[in-house]
Amino acid sequence: MKILVCMKQVPQKDAPLKLNESAAWIREDVSYEVNEPDAYALEEALRQKEKHTGEVVVITSGPARSQQVLREALAKGADRAIHLEDNAFVGLDAFNTAKAFAAAIKDEKFDLIFTGLQSDDYGYAQTGVILAELLGWPHATIIMQIEKNDTGIRVKRELEAGFFQFVDMPLPAVLTIQSGINKLRYATLIGIKQAKNKPLRKVTLAEVQPAIGENLQKIERLYVPQKTKKTEHIEGSPSEIAKKLVDKLRNELRVI
Amino acid sequence: MPDTILVIVEQRENKLNRVSWETITAGQAITAATGWTLEAAVVGASASSIAAEVAAKKVAKVYAVESPKLEPYTPDAFAEALKQLLAAKQPKLVLMPHTYQVRDFVPKLATAMGRTVISDCIGFKHENGKLVFTRQMFQGKLAADVSFTSDAPWFATFQNGAFRGDKAEAGASAAPVETVNVEIADGVVRNKPQEVFKEAKQAVDLTQAEIIVSVGRGIKEQKNIEIAKQLADALGGDLAASRPICDSGWLPMDRQIGSSGQTVAPKLYLALGISGAIQHIVGMKGSRTIIAVNKDSEAPIFEIADYAIVGNLFDIVPPLIEEVKKAKAGS
Ligand SMILES: Cc1cc2nc3c(=O)[nH]c(=O)nc-3n(C[C@H](O)[C@H](O)[C@H](O)COP(=O)(O)OP(=O)(O)OC[C@H]3O[C@@H](n4cnc5c(N)ncnc54)[C@H](O)[C@@H]3O)c2cc1C
Ligand SMILES: Nc1ncnc2c1ncn2[C@@H]1O[C@H](COP(=O)(O)O)[C@@H](O)[C@H]1O
Repeated sequence: MKILVCMKQVPQKDAPLKLNESAAWIREDVSYEVNEPDAYALEEALRQKEKHTGEVVVITSGPARSQQVLREALAKGADRAIHLEDNAFVGLDAFNTAKAFAAAIKDEKFDLIFTGLQSDDYGYAQTGVILAELLGWPHATIIMQIEKNDTGIRVKRELEAGFFQFVDMPLPAVLTIQSGINKLRYATLIGIKQAKNKPLRKVTLAEVQPAIGENLQKIERLYVPQKTKKTEHIEGSPSEIAKKLVDKLRNELRVI
Repeated sequence: MPDTILVIVEQRENKLNRVSWETITAGQAITAATGWTLEAAVVGASASSIAAEVAAKKVAKVYAVESPKLEPYTPDAFAEALKQLLAAKQPKLVLMPHTYQVRDFVPKLATAMGRTVISDCIGFKHENGKLVFTRQMFQGKLAADVSFTSDAPWFATFQNGAFRGDKAEAGASAAPVETVNVEIADGVVRNKPQEVFKEAKQAVDLTQAEIIVSVGRGIKEQKNIEIAKQLADALGGDLAASRPICDSGWLPMDRQIGSSGQTVAPKLYLALGISGAIQHIVGMKGSRTIIAVNKDSEAPIFEIADYAIVGNLFDIVPPLIEEVKKAKAGS
């Protein structure tokens, strides 16, 4: 099976975020990591390849810094990478990001495309489904298991409140992958070395520009959300905090 | 004709998903701000009984969008049915709850129409005649006001809990229900969904727990779970976790709290190193008292916490265990 995995670089979970001058985006001088479900998507693609043979290709769009996620993916076992490299890709809405991907892979023939189920920065939860529609392929979202069969694949969708559902679908297809579908592997030293010689194709903004249009939605402003609940801060040294808290647990909340 | 807002309610097995009332409330609020007309639609194999239920609310009209191909749910059939409805009725704004089902088909529907979805919104603002939608970004650390720069129909989905379902206004009289039969050609539906099921019964039931100590990724390593366990034991409570902890196998899945785990409402929920992503919050926001320990003063968990402790959990928890033990020994 030939599988494409969309992997996005996002600010690290712990990174303190600051607004930039436009107040419509963050200051980019933070540390980054791979979007969590995308790491699971890559792992799943590698496992499928190990079972059925084939090829795993990873793709990202973003500035030079985002090459890091491709390098890591190659080190873990992906065969090659595609980098849509430009600062401008950061500001695209999900529709345009998907259009850019569709344009970049127009000469390829994949059986499956995996995306994460949502990104930690924008959180659109849309890019994969939009890409499927642009390609005219079926899709399934929030996937926890993938089994190849004679007619295509059987996937396990996570539904709300602990429910699941198996869905049979033909190939080619787009799947959005949920965290926890598998156990992640680490890159090996050999893998890291080999990654250096693996092909990484760069795609410029100009190459995909004809395929994309104006964004269909616009961030007017970004801000720190206002607190609505009255929160009481408990401060002091750790032992003072412990004393104050136990006093509350005992005398106000009456739970001990 | 005035512009219309169309709320698409969600049904499962002929029952209305309660979160739909929240979207009706949202639609009524936008109607009040803009003067637009509010309509609703139900999509399914037999949508009319739910349509009648929705028609009791203050809406101008309800569409029952029907076709045998709409059962069971598939994104292909739903997108096709709604495309036909929207082409016929031309609403300006289409609202839905941000459920797993909606996330599965609405990006497809909007894309098929060359439009966009502002997803997972928590509110709206009507400023100088312009409608903007507020949504969380960066896992709730920041909020954004987002506008449409494209033509109608505009699509927006609302996060669970963004509006109060019990505030949906009833109508003076039942709204008219119009049945819309849609044709879904053979071959449109490609996926074959099987029965919905629940995994074998969970070993741990946290829904009755009075005290829950819950750990998030701030715990850093599997071996550190032990100190949370000690705190839970000292308090006589149960141990729970955010999803990444269970994904990593550090605690079993049946201890996960949140939209894809258990929903709990203990007297005390003590969150250690949990950032407070919405998918976690929906599982525990009903707790009577929430105490959060997090080293990041801006962590979203503090927005819903009654007591906030900004600090390193590895400094805070050990003396806390000691104090709790002391207090218990003395009582
Ligand atoms: C469809 C879907 C369903 C989901 N279902 C669920 C679900 O059911 N349950 C769930 O929990 N999540 C769920 N998630 C995932 C959710 O979006 C978050 O990714 C997850 O809740 C984050 O877990 P966390 O808070 O433990 O980790 P993080 O977001 O990484 O937060 C860790 C926190 O620990 C703090 N920290 C770090 N070190 C320390 C320290 N030494 N002392 C104190 N604080 C520290 C950090 O400041 C940070 O705030 C779901 C996501 C999706 C998209
Ligand atoms: N710039 C990007 N580069 C690579 N993958 C992306 C990018 N944007 C979105 N994706 C993929 O689409 C998924 C969903 O993102 P979103 O629609 O923004 O929530 C992510 O988990 C990624 O797999």
